[in-house]
Amino acid sequence: MFYDIIVVGGGLTGLRAAVAAHDAGIAKVAVISKIHPVRSHSGAAQGGINAALGNHPDGHDDTPDRHAYDTIKGSDFLADQDAVQIMTSDAPGIIIEMEHWGCPFSRYENGKIAQRPFGGAGFPRTCYGADRTGLYLLHTLYEQGVKRGITVLYERFVTKLAIRDGHCAGVVAMNLHSGEFETIGANAVIWATGGSGRVYSVNTTNAHASTGLGVAIPYWAGIPLKDMEFIQFHPTGLDGSSILMTEGCRGEGGYLLNNVGERFMKNYVSEKVMELAPRDIVARSMQTEINEGRGFEDRYLHLDLRHLGAAKIMERLPGIREIAMNFRNVDPIKEPIPVHPAMHYTMGGVDCDKDGVTVCDGFYAAGECACVSVHGANRLGGNSLLETIVFGARAGYHAAGRVKEMSKTEDEETLDRAKREEADRYKQLRSASGRENPYTIKDELARIMMDKIGIFRNKTDMAKAVSEINILRERMKKIRAIPETGKFNYDFLWVSEIAGNLDTALTIAVGALNRTESRGSHFRRDFNKRLDDQWLKHSMFVYREGEPEISYKPVTMGKYEPEERKY
Amino acid sequence: MAIFKVFRYNPDTEDMAHFQEYQMPDTSSMTVLEGLYYILENLDPTLAFRSSCRQGVCGSCAMHINGQYRLACETQVAAMGEIVTVRPLSHMKIIRDLVVDLTPFFKQFEAIKPYLIDDGNPPEKEYLQSPKDRLKLDHLVDCIFCAACYGSCPVLATDQKYLGPQALLKALRWVDDSRDTATNERLAYLATDYGVFRCHTIFNCQQVCPKDLDPTGAIGKLKMKAIKAKFLGRLKKTGSD
Repeated sequence: MFYDIIVVGGGLTGLRAAVAAHDAGIAKVAVISKIHPVRSHSGAAQGGINAALGNHPDGHDDTPDRHAYDTIKGSDFLADQDAVQIMTSDAPGIIIEMEHWGCPFSRYENGKIAQRPFGGAGFPRTCYGADRTGLYLLHTLYEQGVKRGITVLYERFVTKLAIRDGHCAGVVAMNLHSGEFETIGANAVIWATGGSGRVYSVNTTNAHASTGLGVAIPYWAGIPLKDMEFIQFHPTGLDGSSILMTEGCRGEGGYLLNNVGERFMKNYVSEKVMELAPRDIVARSMQTEINEGRGFEDRYLHLDLRHLGAAKIMERLPGIREIAMNFRNVDPIKEPIPVHPAMHYTMGGVDCDKDGVTVCDGFYAAGECACVSVHGANRLGGNSLLETIVFGARAGYHAAGRVKEMSKTEDEETLDRAKREEADRYKQLRSASGRENPYTIKDELARIMMDKIGIFRNKTDMAKAVSEINILRERMKKIRAIPETGKFNYDFLWVSEIAGNLDTALTIAVGALNRTESRGSHFRRDFNKRLDDQWLKHSMFVYREGEPEISYKPVTMGKYEPEERKY
Repeated sequence: MAIFKVFRYNPDTEDMAHFQEYQMPDTSSMTVLEGLYYILENLDPTLAFRSSCRQGVCGSCAMHINGQYRLACETQVAAMGEIVTVRPLSHMKIIRDLVVDLTPFFKQFEAIKPYLIDDGNPPEKEYLQSPKDRLKLDHLVDCIFCAACYGSCPVLATDQKYLGPQALLKALRWVDDSRDTATNERLAYLATDYGVFRCHTIFNCQQVCPKDLDPTGAIGKLKMKAIKAKFLGRLKKTGSD
């Protein structure tokens, strides 16, 4: 199989990239995904997507520039300011485009797209469709793919990049429908595999499918990762399952309460901001309440929506009510929702520029698996959906331009060699004689990450985490054999994902241990100040003989000078 | 304690499907999906089932559990009793175990032209749509492609050409969208042999939808709209076949 451009990942980023490449005149575009695109985790995004449309009655004075400032300040000044400016100035246009493509946004009486307030934003600028914004955007883009007849190769599990002399010739994938490895060649590969939340296993809001393998594959191929230590904890994961209770709950006016019924956020931020402080601050405040004994069962706090009234909850937050009832037997109309912070988002990822360009010719990255960076040390709610579409499109257009300059030839030799290597790996996994259960390793990794690379960090714990992850990596070499099932060998899939989790987790842990400051989501008890003199720089990770080699590169500054973050 | 009786079938190596029993540990706060993962991770790594979001929004894990089509991820084992019988969705080819071939399902969705059709001149800003018009789309846009309705539809059991409840629910979403200008073409297509009039109004799809959507009602509305358009002569040119 050979295409002009292949996109790996069928979420919002991947679909938008494919549509862009197609519209830029590329005939043969294919989206490859290990699940069907409509199953992508983009569909679980609830709260909304930011754009300075100025539709909200209090938002007339909003501008892309103010959106950029909020984003840069929210990032604790680690975001590249040029990339942020691009994202925020592209934002209104991409929202309008999605609306023209049929996205069912919620509306104001005057017919315009509705907007709600979100954390860290100076104006209410988060456009939404009830609490199913991601689902509506995902379906809209999938429909645009159908309209254009874009090829979707679903349930193809990509495991390896085929690279020669710094050029990416395509990928190797197991076709789950046949159980066979295939090579899929292309003049350009756009990598859009999403986040790595499952490195934290059950303590995450992420889907089972969102594992660390997405960033591990390019990392193993020698492509650098960036800022991996920055892990966002969403303040409100549902107690028990960590399912996301959208920031829209607080945007619509929901309260956070401790076990004496106090709106404790007033003790941490100004009364103007309260529950709508940025996520890193709210998550830390909540964890402090729990740690100091003001939580329920030492585990969770209350997210109270009752005062919003049944009508508003049913109209704006119907999905939240459904989830709270199905998964925690709580009706938010009548009772507060038990919530605790849960791992939510990976700010770091494959190092790339504003067009998705990486160090590897023909290999682009975009979306959550990439690090442009627009979120820096902490992402504001409503900016991730925006990132997927803006940078998905930009990568698609840039790749299309690049491909038009190239001769269309398939590098069969490189592809075949990569396929042989994967077949060998599969054979080894099939004939392994160890006794370790890989899923035990997955669970132990999750515990290490949650306990030691969590909301509050310190040197001793993180150093322990690094050595324990290394032990798990050794144990992973001694796992039991995976069975031969032919079609849909999910054991092979999940075992490969766990291997990716381990190496991705190691970059997170090593990066966090090395960064001796506190910035955004990275908060160290032993270095609790932001140190711009030493650390206003991106961490870079290169895979060398199995270990992450760290270096640093400067942040692209602009008109906003670093200042203390006060809310 | 619970016993999971799980449908197993590998058409490449087995002549017959069978149920395999697994003795489960404490399942008091376990969902059926968590139970399936417990089996895969601890008892039997050969088990094949789809899943992704585990929060009822991606639609991957629709299956037949104790007599009903449901999402495994939001089904509590405790509510199912001591024996949990898990089978794949019906009316689709079984690829392996609980994984069925969804290709025909997605083809039917594609056949309804599932995208906004306008006159090609969108306004500079958004199309204005009143909250009242937007309300018409509520519940039509919340479908998660789980195919539970498809698997439960007795018409599809015998006639795979029928567009089916999911595609038709989604079709009403475009017919009812104030921004879409292709209403009559859409209705003309939906009124053809394998469209809305093939529905026998059995209500299975409505009964099983895990999102409480109403495909039967949507099909009923489309029938009325198609009949009205036909009476008014609006379907004449494209007509039914």
